[in-house]
Amino acid sequence: MVRVVICFLLAVTLGCKQKSQKIDETAKLRSIAKKDTTRLLESDGLTIEIFDFDELEPQLYQENDTTYIINFWATWCAPCVKELPYFEKINAEQKEENVKVILVSLDMPKMWKTQLIPFIKKKNIRSKVLILDDPKQNTWIPKVDANWSGGIPATLIYNNDKRILYEKSFEYDELIRELNTFK
Amino acid sequence: MKTKMNFALVALVVFSSVFSYNFMPLNEGYSIGDYATDFKLKNIDGQMVSLSDYKNAKGFLIIFTCNSCPYAVAYEDRIIAIDKRYSRLGVPVIAINPNNPELQPKDSYDLMKVRAKEKGFTFPYLLDEKQEIYPQYGATRTPHVFLLEKTDNGNRVKYIGTIDDNYADETGVEEKFVENAVDAMLNGQPIQVETTRAIGCSIKA
Repeated sequence: MVRVVICFLLAVTLGCKQKSQKIDETAKLRSIAKKDTTRLLESDGLTIEIFDFDELEPQLYQENDTTYIINFWATWCAPCVKELPYFEKINAEQKEENVKVILVSLDMPKMWKTQLIPFIKKKNIRSKVLILDDPKQNTWIPKVDANWSGGIPATLIYNNDKRILYEKSFEYDELIRELNTFK
Repeated sequence: MKTKMNFALVALVVFSSVFSYNFMPLNEGYSIGDYATDFKLKNIDGQMVSLSDYKNAKGFLIIFTCNSCPYAVAYEDRIIAIDKRYSRLGVPVIAINPNNPELQPKDSYDLMKVRAKEKGFTFPYLLDEKQEIYPQYGATRTPHVFLLEKTDNGNRVKYIGTIDDNYADETGVEEKFVENAVDAMLNGQPIQVETTRAIGCSIKA
């Protein structure tokens, strides 16, 4: 019985390891090629990059000593807005500890100037904000994580060793606890 | 042996709790081929609606949707068009608001009535008052579509997912997932794309 359990443990652990995806080199190259043509939203003194998924993808697979917290959110998503201060706090407090927060806005184009920019200014958001503008959601959602159904808030935490997508909202303590499992 | 068994059991319990802590569980709820539960939910006209009321239906498009989510709003006109097209063919739309209005006041029963009237909804718009139906289906967001086929054994899940592949721009749609699925079902053909994903607003529970 013990052996069975150990085998099971091993099998699952190995299975999970294999799941940590490889970098999509093509996507990376494509993005570099596109670099000059990155769309920018410039409004009210702020400049925000607008990506499609191919352009965003390299940000989800950076290989360095940093632990990345990629939060998918939108100004119209109440639970997303509620948890943003927690990500801001971590971004501010853990910069020295190689933790970086990227806030990927899924706001719709018509909301960029009317809602997103005013929100960033009003809340004085310090973390990096990007816009993901790619309506082909059924194509790109599984590329972020095979199990993500598409609900937001959703947060991807990853580094060289580990990668988890959380399709849920966080309380601050819980977020810290999860983040610590990456250290 | 008993100790060994106990150890094994403890190991298993510890492991499974670690597992569920670290990895988000797969969507619970229905998979393709499962039989979906019927329900009795209050429509905006005050009447209770069940799938069993529809004696002549060949199937149903159960759409979990709401007033407050921009994606749901973006799809309202398309949902109306789909209902007009397919209710004639025996596959009516049944819209269900799964949100708790206490958490999202825009999704209250009264405001559901207002929105349905404004848009001229041609289909029932039900409130999942006890929030007991959407978890059984495994709806996680709005809008979230479940296509059911009426069979002798019950209502069988044929498609789960989003309406089409471009929420933002109807003219940019390349694949009409729901319509393709219903057409295939009605023609007795296999459905090519049975599940799809989309960004949506998480259900407020």
